[in-house]
Amino acid sequence: MTDHHHDHDHAHGHADEGSHSTLKGYATGFLLSVVLTAIPFWLVMGKVFANPQQTALVILAFAAVQMVVHMVYFLHMNAKVEGGWSMLAMIFTLVLVVITLSGSMWVMYHLNHNMMPTPVQQMRDMP
Amino acid sequence: MSNSHASTLAAAGPSYFVREHHPENGTLLGFWLYLMSDCLIFACLFAAYAVLGRSYAAGPSGADLFDLPVVAVNTALLLLSSITYGFAMLEMQRKKLRAVLVWLAITGLFGAGFLTLELTEFAHLIHEGAGPQRSAFLSSFFTLVGTHGLHVTFGIVWLVTLMFQLGKHGLSAANRRRLMCLSMFWHFLDVVWIGVFTFVYLMGVLP
Repeated sequence: MTDHHHDHDHAHGHADEGSHSTLKGYATGFLLSVVLTAIPFWLVMGKVFANPQQTALVILAFAAVQMVVHMVYFLHMNAKVEGGWSMLAMIFTLVLVVITLSGSMWVMYHLNHNMMPTPVQQMRDMP
Repeated sequence: MSNSHASTLAAAGPSYFVREHHPENGTLLGFWLYLMSDCLIFACLFAAYAVLGRSYAAGPSGADLFDLPVVAVNTALLLLSSITYGFAMLEMQRKKLRAVLVWLAITGLFGAGFLTLELTEFAHLIHEGAGPQRSAFLSSFFTLVGTHGLHVTFGIVWLVTLMFQLGKHGLSAANRRRLMCLSMFWHFLDVVWIGVFTFVYLMGVLP
């Protein structure tokens, strides 16, 4: 019981200090993000893939990985920060971001597709 | 009878309290929630750019306008400012005020360099007649990248303010909390920039 109590106090003492960051963590994050930034720039500027759609997909994947790297190593995000509430808020935001982005693109693509300019001949034939 | 009942309740009372770890200081969580709402603003601007980014109105396209080496330097500046802010946080843990101030100053200089390059790019685009009113693509481009730049500007204002506060009050509990909030803000802006350089600049020059 006393041990448990002590642990609890210990955790509280650290709570307002935030998570402890280390030089190793920052260095790892920095090296990873340098690599993850350099490769997409090289892919696009060196025109490595002939197919631009393939390049787009690959660099988007690199961006997603780099965002996770920044979250973990620079923002010290994990499931324990603030008793899990930070992670929960982030997951909720992520859901909203995905809905906003994919929804906008999906709806507007179909809108553009269905609102193609009417050919002149078809316009003349209209009643 | 009723007395003994009350005493049983009182004895049973404490067992209702579940021992859960609650954060003592809500500031960091509150600031995180602010950042998440800021993230939604950027999501909307990214969505607008995703929809309008190829509507050139017979004007210049991303491939005509974007100078990727400049964007690469900009990205490097922001990335370096992130790691130097990290060093400031490490010195804060070691309670070395002078070192914190030096690293914060370097971070601010990298941020200012980033802003200078971005504003030069904007001025160049507007001078070439590719201002925000030229096409839907350029409107959404200036809104998205400009909003990010505005965030960096306010980040620098905050950083300078914090340096004065640190100089006056030292590494007090309040100042350490402020340093952690700005840390989150600064790294968050770097995360948004990953989206900008990938989605706007790199994908913008693809045919």
